[in-house]
Amino acid sequence: MATQTAPAAAATPAQPPPSPPRRAARSAAARYVALVALGLLFVSPLLFMFVTSFKSRIEAAAVPPTWIPKDPTLQAYDSILNASGTPVLRWFVNSMIAATSHSILVVCTAALAAYPLARMSFRGKNVVFGLIVATLFVPPVILIIPNYLIVGELKWLDTLAAVVVPTAASAFGVFFLRQFFLTLPLELEEAARLDGANTWQIFRRVVLPLSKPALVTLAVLAFLTNWNDFLWPVYVLFSPEAQTLPAGLSTLQSANNVRYDLLMAGAVIASVPVLILYVVSQRFIIEGVSRSGLKG
Amino acid sequence: MTTSAAPLPAARGTDQRDDEQLSSTGSDPTASRRSATLSGGAAPWLFLTPYLVLFLAFVVGPAIYGFWISLHDYDYTLPGKPFVGLDNYQKLFSSDSVTFEPFWMSMKATGIFMLFSVPLLLVIPLLVALVMNSRFRGRNLFRAIYFAPYVLGVAVVAVLWRFLLDANIGLVNQLLGGLGLPDDTAWLTATPAAWVALVGVTVWWTLGFNAVIYLAGLQDIPAELYEAARVDGANRSQSFRHVTLPGLRPVLAFVTMVTIIASANMFGQSYLMTRGAPGIETKTAIYYIADTGLKSFQMGDAAAMSYLLTVVLMLLSVAVFWLFRERKA
Repeated sequence: MATQTAPAAAATPAQPPPSPPRRAARSAAARYVALVALGLLFVSPLLFMFVTSFKSRIEAAAVPPTWIPKDPTLQAYDSILNASGTPVLRWFVNSMIAATSHSILVVCTAALAAYPLARMSFRGKNVVFGLIVATLFVPPVILIIPNYLIVGELKWLDTLAAVVVPTAASAFGVFFLRQFFLTLPLELEEAARLDGANTWQIFRRVVLPLSKPALVTLAVLAFLTNWNDFLWPVYVLFSPEAQTLPAGLSTLQSANNVRYDLLMAGAVIASVPVLILYVVSQRFIIEGVSRSGLKG
Repeated sequence: MTTSAAPLPAARGTDQRDDEQLSSTGSDPTASRRSATLSGGAAPWLFLTPYLVLFLAFVVGPAIYGFWISLHDYDYTLPGKPFVGLDNYQKLFSSDSVTFEPFWMSMKATGIFMLFSVPLLLVIPLLVALVMNSRFRGRNLFRAIYFAPYVLGVAVVAVLWRFLLDANIGLVNQLLGGLGLPDDTAWLTATPAAWVALVGVTVWWTLGFNAVIYLAGLQDIPAELYEAARVDGANRSQSFRHVTLPGLRPVLAFVTMVTIIASANMFGQSYLMTRGAPGIETKTAIYYIADTGLKSFQMGDAAAMSYLLTVVLMLLSVAVFWLFRERKA
């Protein structure tokens, strides 16, 4: 230690004010310190959620809290998975079915609608597109009451259809895919037409295969949106078996007010699928979101 | 039907550039020639039909239907729903009605929340994006970490933070106690601490979302502009003011709009963390509207409230557009 300090100390007086590369190195170091500190602020709560879900009831409420469970246990998972009032497994399946079908519905309807808006000319095109764009600015609060009545008329209350279908008219999706279709080289579609392909075949065999990245991005974003939707499922799904995971978490919380071991286990079950999806398709998600600010 | 505090990606996105493109599709000769290559009778409408069915049934239709509901004494549980004209709106402005006080309390709650969350969500993510706007190892990893809470959704985030902010056994109070600060703050049951908690959790949840959009905007600013500013002798803060900010203008306008709409829709945090407590002080407007319409089933009142809130938000949007308009030099 001492031998290392001495030369450094001796060198200090001779050292001129930091040279530019030195200053750059210092600011790079400062940046890493700031980024890592911020990173800890994001990672540690999530880590604590995971850790707590493996604690016993008593340890989960212990003061001071432990970062490594003294006696790791699956008790919390065991008790929420087997409680009849809170069928977490059923919620998981519900969420999977709802988010998957919502995502498919959004991608199919948006891709079909975006294609003529990008490539065909027809009467009323600007009106239709203008109307779709305008709804991006309409606060969603205005739709809650009437949509509840419409869903009620359709006999969809307390069923998954209520959380899958009404939110599927995605203005963002149409907008996003139209933008993407406009960037595709027109020559390929023209060549296909010369080869005798009709509009549907061109769309199906030329445009869609070329648009895979955009379609995947939209599919992932739609899945996430639906998986995490909260207000709507809370009000349109009532029976325990009909809940999706986020709405179910709220039920779980009311049923187990300060049983944080159970709540964290529920939160972990709700997070794991989306975290896996995030790790696998992080590129698409972040690309999709960053492009929303630039090009819509 | 975007219902969480950050509008979900599916409800986002447009900016001036797209509006220009939209208005030019008809007049721009190259654009119409391009489109004309694939025109044909019923085909476009066949493509549009599935989307338009959903769009008319669950977006355009309800937006109009809601107004019709607001003109009726619409109690879901009663057979008769008499027409009452603008009574439901009038009630919102007369202090002797039952809904007057809780409604304006909830508007105030939304207002307080927005007053703090919007500026913080505009500034902090911008700072993060500025720090990250250069090449260095691990940049994508940090970006992915900061974005992660957004992916989890409001329910997980709110349940997690209710635990961390528990007044007795929560990690936050224990950490504060360890630092010699007060360790008995009632984060979830007393104001103003509850506002700090709600705003703080929201910033934690959506910071990464805004930062990612900012970062893409920053990377879109041509490096030559910074180079030119440097040659002209601009220092860092000058080049920030004269290159970065103008270059970011459309993105700033977009992030501002999105953040305002998201904050105005704050529901899950309040519903799961404070349950509106203390009293109904942290019960936001959308929370009160949903409860009035879908729990007490006073749908006429709730519809009128949602129209009023929408008008307020539209005026705010117009103000934002005006603020960020292209100024002539």
